[in-house]
Amino acid sequence: MNIEEIYRLLKERLPYAEFELTDIKPIPILSISGNFLLPVAEYLRDNVDFAFDSLMCLSGLQLGEELAAVYHLYSNKHNHKVTMRVKAGTEDKSIPSLAAVWLAAEWHEREAFDMFGIRFDGHPDLRRILCPDDWEGHPLRKDYKPPLFWHEIPVTVDVSN
Amino acid sequence: MTSDKWARLVPESEIMHGEKMVLQMGPQHPATHGVLRVELVTDGEMIVSATLHIGYLHRCFEKVCENMQWPQIVPYTDRLDYLASMNNNLGFVLGVEKLFGIEVSERVRIIRILVAELNRIASHLVAIGTYGLDIGAWTPFLLLFQAREHILDLFDELCGGRLLYNYIWIGGLSHDYPDGWLEKCREFIPYFKPKIPELNGLLSYNKIFVERLGGVAMMPADLCIKYGVTGPNLRGAGIKWDLRRNDPYGGYDDYEFDIPIGRGEIGTLGDCFDRYIVRVYEMEQSIRIVEQALDKLERTPRDDVQAAIPKTFAKVPAGELYFRTESPKGELGFYIVSDGKSKPQRIKCRAPSFCTLSALPQVAPGLLIADMVALIGSIDIVLGEVDR
Repeated sequence: MNIEEIYRLLKERLPYAEFELTDIKPIPILSISGNFLLPVAEYLRDNVDFAFDSLMCLSGLQLGEELAAVYHLYSNKHNHKVTMRVKAGTEDKSIPSLAAVWLAAEWHEREAFDMFGIRFDGHPDLRRILCPDDWEGHPLRKDYKPPLFWHEIPVTVDVSN
Repeated sequence: MTSDKWARLVPESEIMHGEKMVLQMGPQHPATHGVLRVELVTDGEMIVSATLHIGYLHRCFEKVCENMQWPQIVPYTDRLDYLASMNNNLGFVLGVEKLFGIEVSERVRIIRILVAELNRIASHLVAIGTYGLDIGAWTPFLLLFQAREHILDLFDELCGGRLLYNYIWIGGLSHDYPDGWLEKCREFIPYFKPKIPELNGLLSYNKIFVERLGGVAMMPADLCIKYGVTGPNLRGAGIKWDLRRNDPYGGYDDYEFDIPIGRGEIGTLGDCFDRYIVRVYEMEQSIRIVEQALDKLERTPRDDVQAAIPKTFAKVPAGELYFRTESPKGELGFYIVSDGKSKPQRIKCRAPSFCTLSALPQVAPGLLIADMVALIGSIDIVLGEVDR
């Protein structure tokens, strides 16, 4: 199935869920409301027509002021792919965790939390993964300013220019 | 799910449970293949749980990319999996070319596949050589590094780099190959082919080696798929899955090669030995691709390898895509977001070693400490791409 067919079939099967097809070059993506992420993800994984058994990639993303997570799914059975994008809540920056749906999400979500500060609700162990535990700030945010010192070690590289 | 070699020998009721001890394996430990720290909770010699600590080699790859112009990112991708720089270049460049709609000539595509496969052999040679070293075999390491040296010399002549090449550029290559280089590549094939039977005699079916690997640390196929474990580790679990075949890119569908899978020859399907032996057989297949690529190159007239490189990257098409290629370690994916400017909005590297490592806490409990070394060696991680 291509993305349009997946969208139509999913809309037919899950009429209550809020999601839409966003036109992005070269392949459109599904934009899903965070409230419906878990049921949609579980349906995509378990239903035989979709059978998205593997999560290829999970990335954090900053769109202007908003944070989002992008999920790239793949089905080994049907050899089709889908991309889902979920915007984080503006206040608490939270998205439901999919670590229980695809185990691969566990570390990817920790990375997105570390880099963007997205809180994945229901994650079993949401800690920083690449930065030290006591690092301040979330480096991949566009307005991030690195600290001058970390434990008296100078952080000399200024990546902003 | 866990290797129950221990449990098979001694029934659960007779295992003496002693005091738990925390053992820090790494970050400076030769068997962790880089700066990986594994916090092991052990009960006697048995591992109860393993917690992984990564990030010692974090170099802000993704942040740096956002501050670089598109072509300037290629050298940074070299440093992800520094044992297979060509494959990293290829993955990133193909993704960007697909996003921007750049078409390269047939000859450039053949050269890219040629160097990527040579680099795959070099990477597997390190994986196998150092694995032998972990288990205690010193001679195969020297034998394999000799062969790898041969490949590095070829790359040295091709682009001046021995480890970090910056060879595959967006829209082309940094250099055309020099005169006589193809003949040298040809000479490598008869030199390398006998090395594999030699390796099998020396290491693969060595009694001590087989005893250490067979039936140890099984990673079954369903666990691999759930955790996103790909590449030789997934094939070792008996799944015929190779992106060069299943999701072809860069012209791989024109080549004939087989996908070796683990068969549970020595112990159980998906054990350390299967993951190891898949890499050995993969080198045979890569050399087949190299042969075919050389045949094709000799038939193709020379053209300008930089013809399709865009003159400027000041204005590029906006869009986003996820592009994945089969690197020696598994599925190397790049999530590339362009907002039409000269610098990317976001680059995310989905590193195969990162996902493979995330499955380790599931596999480790129940192993002996010495088997942990066998496990880490068998999944062939490079911390350069785990930490990015």
